[in-house]
Amino acid sequence: MKKIFALFFIAFPAMVMANSGAHLDHAPIDLTDNASLQRGAKSFAKYCMGCHGAEYMRYNRIARDLGMTEAEVTESMIFTRDKDGERTKPGALMKVAMDGDFAKAAFGTKVPGLTVIARARGADWLYTYLRTFYQDDSRPTGMNNIAFPKVGMPNVLWELQGIQKAVFETETDHEGNAKEVFEKMELVKPGTMSPEEYDAFAADLVNFLVYMGEPVQLERKSLGVYVLAFLFFFAIVAYMLKKEYWKDVH
Amino acid sequence: MFKGLMTWVDDRFPATKMWNEHLAQYYAPKNFNFWYFFGSLALLVLVIQIVSGIFLTMHYKPDGALAFASVEYIMRDVPYGWLIRYIHSTGATAFFVVVYLHMFRGLMYGSFKKPRELVWLFGMFIYLALMAEAFMGYLLPWGQMSYWGAQVIISLFGALPIIGEPLTLWIRGDYVISDATLNRFFALHVAAIPLVIIGLVVAHIIALHEVGSNNPEGIEIKKNKDENGIPLDGIPFHPYYSVKDIVGVIVFLFFFSAVLFFAPEGGGYLLEHANFIPSDPLKTPEHIAPVWYFTPFYAILRAVPDKLMGVIAMGGSIVVLFLLPWIDQCKVKSIRYRGTSFKILLVAFVVAFLSLGWLGMQPATPLLTNLARIFSVIYFGFFIALYFTSKNEKTKPVPERIN
Repeated sequence: MKKIFALFFIAFPAMVMANSGAHLDHAPIDLTDNASLQRGAKSFAKYCMGCHGAEYMRYNRIARDLGMTEAEVTESMIFTRDKDGERTKPGALMKVAMDGDFAKAAFGTKVPGLTVIARARGADWLYTYLRTFYQDDSRPTGMNNIAFPKVGMPNVLWELQGIQKAVFETETDHEGNAKEVFEKMELVKPGTMSPEEYDAFAADLVNFLVYMGEPVQLERKSLGVYVLAFLFFFAIVAYMLKKEYWKDVH
Repeated sequence: MFKGLMTWVDDRFPATKMWNEHLAQYYAPKNFNFWYFFGSLALLVLVIQIVSGIFLTMHYKPDGALAFASVEYIMRDVPYGWLIRYIHSTGATAFFVVVYLHMFRGLMYGSFKKPRELVWLFGMFIYLALMAEAFMGYLLPWGQMSYWGAQVIISLFGALPIIGEPLTLWIRGDYVISDATLNRFFALHVAAIPLVIIGLVVAHIIALHEVGSNNPEGIEIKKNKDENGIPLDGIPFHPYYSVKDIVGVIVFLFFFSAVLFFAPEGGGYLLEHANFIPSDPLKTPEHIAPVWYFTPFYAILRAVPDKLMGVIAMGGSIVVLFLLPWIDQCKVKSIRYRGTSFKILLVAFVVAFLSLGWLGMQPATPLLTNLARIFSVIYFGFFIALYFTSKNEKTKPVPERIN
């Protein structure tokens, strides 16, 4: 009990430090760009879903929302089999292919589901995270990350991105302590994509993750416009009614 | 035909009598201003929360293994489930906004004073029940902030001597927050506390209608009645205030919908980012902060270095509100006719309350903690200073009639 109490006083300064860490790049996302979302969805299925699930999302919801047919989604996104040994149906939840115990043994941690990760982390964080893996031989995977220091996940996208080296600068803060500050990335070994292509790839993926975090968000906003417009006119009518009734109050 | 039916009912149930007593022949002062919308709005939000809550319970699963997923199921697979969920989550914030403004109105115009002490007390109990309701409701999405927020708040009871530890165990039903806690919080959130709130709201309104409403002038309209016993400065609640409150309702719904449809997360203040990560007893989130409506009291808790004293100070900051009718001894009700000392004190109190609210969301740096201490002193200082100054306050003469 004492520990919890201590935690909750310690948690606050810890938060400041955690936050002042990485500068986040702005993610160029556009939820109305179906082509980008479709590319992101396919990349998600191809590169992420081997280890990460999106267990609250259904494949056919993606088909419906992003303008794809169920056959298309099945073809490009479903690589798992259901308990009858048949290819997973598009109406199914997007469960992870990998076994949970295996993940724990392999990476030393549970692999998080990604359905609502964009709502937890934010688009900018994800965009920065996907692009700031760098070589670090002190880590078990040989890789570290600027946005997520000491991350357990290996850089599974290295073939596309290539391998980067991080350049740090030593700065002294206002208390006179020397501090390593991230300066820039240098490409050590080029990948199959140019840096621009890889950034666009990451942007599509983040775009899809933001969509998946709340599939209804575009509909929500467009419905909201009608609701507000209705209330605006209703307010005028209600006000006139009030005026009429109150004429005789002095 | 309809008249015959009403007579038949009225012979058996006081339908017309109640209608008249509480609406058509309930005489309210004719000078209600902006601040008088928030009582009826609080009632509206209560209804919104109950109705949206009922629909949520049809799909939500109070089970440690299923709760988080069931919320996402509501957000994705239940037709318009997202709308119902956002109505309920935005409604929680709206409830506190409306109630805080309603309470501030009472403070400004002395609505807690004789003969309305019980109206105030019932109201304060509603506020207390509302805090319990909101706290327990916040556990249900079963995200990281749900889990650790509850862990922190329940651990506060552990600060009490002797009974502390067994009490926390009794509340949780387990040694940590677990499925047992979730299940009982669900029961309390959807059944027990709403019943208490509804009962208290009925008592609040009956007490109010017994003594009659206060008004911005702080004049008792019952002192001036015509030959039929109707207050000269009163107008029937229905239709005058029913049509006026409709305007308030629409304007309120406009702002409510603006948040609901365009910013349901409220920048991470209404739905916290960490709550989109399923609860994990082994991983403490970096930053545990209560939702905004609790932060003034949370800031007071953190301002006190000693754990037990902090809990006592936090409890005291709420208890002292109950005592307001006896702390403020000024005979004049409305701020319009009260002395400068009261006006200064009230401004200081509002500044302190809002500042504490902000500080409660911030990380506790040494500077901010000291600030929280200053504002905590001002918070309590308001009540102490009011107790000593209110008796001999330099007030202005209160008019006999509302003009």
